[in-house]
Amino acid sequence: MNVTSNLEILKTKDAIELIFKGSFDVFNISTIEKQLSSLRLTNECNNIIVDLRSVESIDTSFALLLSDCKKRAISSSLKFEILSNDETFKDVVELTYRNSHIKSSFEIEKIPFFENLGRQTIKNISFLREISLFIGTIFVHMFYYLNSYKNLRIKEIFFEINESIFKAIGIIALTSFLIGVVVAYQSAVQLKQYGANIFIVDMLGLSLLRELSPMITAIIVAGRSGSAYAAQIGVMKITQELDAMRTMGFDPYAFLVLPRIITLMIMMTVLIFVSDIMSLLGGMLIAKIELGIEYSLFIDRFREAIDVRHFFVGMLKAPFFGFAIASISLYQGLQVKNDTQSIGINTTRSVVQSIFIVIIIDALFSILFTSLGI
Amino acid sequence: MALIEVKDLITSFDSKVVHNGLNLEINEGEIYGLLGPSGCGKSTLMREMVMLEEYTSGSIKVLGYEINAIRSKEAQKLRKKWGVLFQFGALFTSLSVSENIALPLKEYTDLSSKIIDEIVSFKLSLVGLKQSDAHLYPSQISGGMNKKAALARALALDPKLLFLDEPTSGLDPISAREFDDLILKLKDMFNLTIVMVTHDLTSINNTLDKMAIIDNKKIAVQGDLNSVLNTSSPFIDTFFKALK
Repeated sequence: MNVTSNLEILKTKDAIELIFKGSFDVFNISTIEKQLSSLRLTNECNNIIVDLRSVESIDTSFALLLSDCKKRAISSSLKFEILSNDETFKDVVELTYRNSHIKSSFEIEKIPFFENLGRQTIKNISFLREISLFIGTIFVHMFYYLNSYKNLRIKEIFFEINESIFKAIGIIALTSFLIGVVVAYQSAVQLKQYGANIFIVDMLGLSLLRELSPMITAIIVAGRSGSAYAAQIGVMKITQELDAMRTMGFDPYAFLVLPRIITLMIMMTVLIFVSDIMSLLGGMLIAKIELGIEYSLFIDRFREAIDVRHFFVGMLKAPFFGFAIASISLYQGLQVKNDTQSIGINTTRSVVQSIFIVIIIDALFSILFTSLGI
Repeated sequence: MALIEVKDLITSFDSKVVHNGLNLEINEGEIYGLLGPSGCGKSTLMREMVMLEEYTSGSIKVLGYEINAIRSKEAQKLRKKWGVLFQFGALFTSLSVSENIALPLKEYTDLSSKIIDEIVSFKLSLVGLKQSDAHLYPSQISGGMNKKAALARALALDPKLLFLDEPTSGLDPISAREFDDLILKLKDMFNLTIVMVTHDLTSINNTLDKMAIIDNKKIAVQGDLNSVLNTSSPFIDTFFKALK
C-alpha cells in the first residue's frame, strides 16, 4: 500500500479547510498530528471543514486526531464539519469523540522524595513489628501443637530433613574443607616467619570451631534451604494452596511452618558438626604440607590446646541460627503477594535478611561469651 | 433453616469500602448464587464466609457459628463440615490426585487405607474422572480435570455445605453443562447446600434456586431468577439480556 497520504490546510475567509487525501492509519499519521497541533484555531474564522472526500480509509487513531480537533474547535466555539462520501467515516469520528477523555494520562504519579523516604522508613520499622508478630505466632503454635507428640508431624519433618539437610551435606562438607584449607594456608605463611608452627592447631581449632564453621554453614543453609522455603510457600500462596489448606482446617503453621523450623533447628547442629570435622581435616592437610606437622602431632596438640567448650560454643549457636533462617524465610514466603514478581523479591529478601540476622546473632553471642569468660 | 446469615456486613480495605451494610440469608438445601459486576466483592464475601478474610463489622453466621467470635476448636469443627472449590482448583501440587482427595480422610478419620481408597475411587467416579487419572499429579492434568479433582477433594468428607468459586469458568461448554448436572445431582442426593460465585448464564439458569445480586456495596436483589429478572438495574439489564 503505497498511497501518498497528505493533509492540505487551506485558510479561506471564514473557514479553515483541512483537505485529507489518501488513506490514514496509525502508522502514517504522525506528520498529520504535528500539522494539526501547530494549527491555530483563532476567531478569525467560524468554520472548520474537514474534507474526507478523497480519503480511502481511516482507522480509529486517525479519527481520534479529528475528534481532538473537533474538541478544540468546539471549545473555541467554532463550527466543525466533516465532508465525506462515506457515512462510516463520520460514524467512526463520532464514536471516538464520544469515548475520548480529555485528560487521560496513565502514568503512575511519582511520590515525592521525602514522602517516599518516610513511607520506606515506616515500612522498614513495621517489618520489625511484623516479624516479631510472626515469631510470636510461631511460639503460640508451638505450645499449642507440641503439648502432645502426636501433633508433631514426624513424616513432614523427616521429609524436610532429607530434602533440605541430607542433600546439603555434600556442599557443606566441600565448602568447609576448602575454608579449612584457606585459613590454614593463610596463617601458615605468617606463623612460619616466627617459627610458631605448632600454634596453627590453636588457631584453627579456635577460629573454626567457634566462628567459621557455624557461620559458613548458616550462610549455605540460608542460601539453599531458606530461599527454597520462601519460594515454595510463596508459590503455594499464589496458587491458593494455602487458602485451600486453611479452609480444609489444615493449619499452615502446623503443616508447613513448624516442621521446617524444627528441621532446621535440629539439623543445623548436625551440619555444623560436619562442617567442624571437614574444616579441621582441611586445616590438618595444609598443616602437614606447609608446616610439616604430622597428623598425630596435630591431634595431640589439639587435645591439649582446644578445650571442649569451644566446640560447644559453636554447637550452641546452631539451633538459634536454624530458627532465625527458617522463620525469616517462611515469613517472607507468607508475605508473597498475588504476583509473580514478589516471589523473586521475597526470596531474595529471605536470603539477605537471614544472613544479616545470623551475623547479628553471632555478634550477640560473641559479646555474651566474652563477658561470661567462655 | 438458614445455614448462613449475613447481617449488616461492612468490609473495607484501607480506604476502599467493599461491602456497606450487606444482608443475606442462605437456607438449607438451596443452590445459592452470588452475582454481580466484577470487583463488587462477591469473592471477598465468599472468602469471608470461609474465614479466609476478615470483615470490618457486622456479622456472618455459618451453621450457627458466629465467625468473628469463633474459638479455634469450633472453627476446626466448622471447617470439616464444608467443602470449598477454588477457581483454579488449588490442588496440592506435591500430591497426586488420589492423595489430594485422600488427605482430609487421612487427617481427620481413623479409617483403614483400604476404605479410604474405596472412598477416593467413588468420589473420582462421582465427579466423572477415570480411575486411571488417580495417580497423576496436578501438573499433568488439564484445567477441567483439575477442577473435577478439586471438587472431589471438596466432597471428600461429605460436607453439608459446598462453596464454589466460579465452578464453570475455564471449562469447555460440554464439561460446564456436565458440571451443572453434577451439582444438581449432588444437591438431590445429599441435600447439599451450595453457595457459588458464577458468571455463567446457562449455569445460573440451570442450577440456581436463589441468587443475590451484589451491586454498589449492597445486595441489589435477592430471590429466584424470575424475581431478579423483574427488577431493573443497569447491571441486571445488561447481564440478563439473553434471558429477558
